[in-house]
Amino acid sequence: MKESEVPQDKSSLQNNDIQELCYAVNEKGEYVTALSSGWETKTIVQEATLAGINVRVQEAKTQVANGLVSPIVYFMEVNRMDLPTLSAYVSLWRWRVKRHFKPHVFKKLSTKVLQKYADAFDISVAELKAFSGK
Amino acid sequence: MKIDFVHKQSAHCENGVASNLLSNQGIQISEPMAFGIGSGLFFVYLPFIKVNHAPAISYRPMPGLIFNRLAKRLGLKIKRIKFNDKQKAQRELEAKIEQGIPCGLQVGVYHLPYFPEEYRFHFNAHNLVVYGKKEGNFLVSDPVMATTTVLTPSELEKVRFAQGAFAPKGQIYYPIAIPQQLDWEKAIVKAIKKTCNDMLAPVPIVGVRGMRMVAKAIVKWPKKHGVPKANHFLAQMVRMQEEIGTGGGGFRFIYAAFLQEAAKKINKPVLNEFATEMTSIGDAWRDFAVNAARVYKKRKNGEDVYLSLAKELHVLADREEQFFKKLKKAL
Repeated sequence: MKESEVPQDKSSLQNNDIQELCYAVNEKGEYVTALSSGWETKTIVQEATLAGINVRVQEAKTQVANGLVSPIVYFMEVNRMDLPTLSAYVSLWRWRVKRHFKPHVFKKLSTKVLQKYADAFDISVAELKAFSGK
Repeated sequence: MKIDFVHKQSAHCENGVASNLLSNQGIQISEPMAFGIGSGLFFVYLPFIKVNHAPAISYRPMPGLIFNRLAKRLGLKIKRIKFNDKQKAQRELEAKIEQGIPCGLQVGVYHLPYFPEEYRFHFNAHNLVVYGKKEGNFLVSDPVMATTTVLTPSELEKVRFAQGAFAPKGQIYYPIAIPQQLDWEKAIVKAIKKTCNDMLAPVPIVGVRGMRMVAKAIVKWPKKHGVPKANHFLAQMVRMQEEIGTGGGGFRFIYAAFLQEAAKKINKPVLNEFATEMTSIGDAWRDFAVNAARVYKKRKNGEDVYLSLAKELHVLADREEQFFKKLKKAL
C-alpha cells in the first residue's frame, strides 16, 4: 500500500474520534506510518456483522414473545454472547444455561441464579423477569 | 501517582504494548520490529471453533506469544501474574504503579467504553498499559488510541475480568530483567526462520496450507450452509484480516516494514527486496478483501464468485509459499 493510497473513507471511527494507524510505503519506497479514517471495505463487513446481530436479536425477541425461549436468550443476543461466553460469565455449566433457555425452567429459577444472569447482562433481576418480547 | 510514560499509537495492540513498555525501559524498538522478532505473522484456520458464529481464522499466533517470543529472543525476563481475586488484582496493580513500574494488561474488548460499537465483541486478548492513578482513576495507554485515556476502577475491573475464550484473569505483565547487550542479528534471524517454518508448516490448517484449506472451504460454503451464511463467513474472514490491529492485509504491511527495518539494522540489503514483495502480497490480500466484501454486498451471487475468490486465495498461498521458501534460503 502506498502512502497516498491509505484509505480515508467515512466510518464509525470518526464518531469516536479515532483514527487507525497503518503502515504504507512513501515515494522513496520507505515504510512510514499513516493514519486512516476508515475503509469502505471494512465498513461493509462491519455493517454486515451488526446487521447479522440485529437479525439474531429480533429472532430471539419473537421467540420470547411466542413463549418458545426464556428472556435469557434475548439478552444473550443483545450482549453479543454465545453459549460458551454466557456460561463463563455466569459460571454455570453449559447444559444448565441451555436448560435455562426453556421458559418453564426459567420461571422456577431462584433469585440467586437470576442475579448471576442479571449481572452478566448489566440489568436488574426485575428487568430480566419482566421482558416479554412484546 | 503517575509514571513518566511515552504513549505511541500503533496498529496492533500486542506489538504496541511490547514496543511501548520496552521503549520506556530504554530499549528503542519499533512496532514492526517487535512484531517481526515476536514472529507475529501467522495463518491458522480452525473450522471446528466458531467465533461470532463463523469458523475461526486467525492471522496471528496465540495471544501473548508475540511478546513472549520477543522477550525470549532478546533475553528479557517478563513477569506475568494472573489473579482469581478481583480485589487482589487491583491492589497488586496499584502496588506496581507505586513502585514506578508501568504494567501491561490483558483485557476484554467488549466493555471498553472508548471503543466504537462496531469493535466491541467478546474478544479477550486486547492489551493496554496502565501507567498511573489519578483522582481515583487509572491512567491507561491503549496502543490503538491516538492519546492516553482514563478508566475508573470498576471499568478496569470489568475488562480485566472479562469471561469466555482467552479470559484474561486480570493478567498483568512487566519486564523484570533486561540484558546489557542485545544481540539483534541473532534475534532477527531466528525470528524470520520461525515465521518461514510456521508459514510452510506441514500442517493442513496452518500457514499456506491453511490458506488453501480455506480456499477449498469457500467453494463449499454456499452449498453446505446456504448463501447468507457463506457470506457471513466471508465477512468475518475479512474482519479478522483488516480490523483494527492488523495494520491492513492481515499484518503483511507491518511484516514488510519489519523486513525493511531489519535490512538496515543487521546490514542485509537482500531483505529490502523481500519487503517489496511482501508489500505487493499485502496489496493482493487487500484486493481479496475488496472482492469478498463485494460478494457480500451484492447478496445474490452465482457459484463462480466463490470460485474466483477461492482462486485468488490459492494464488496468494502460492505466492507466499514461494516467498517464504526463498526467504528461508536467503538467510
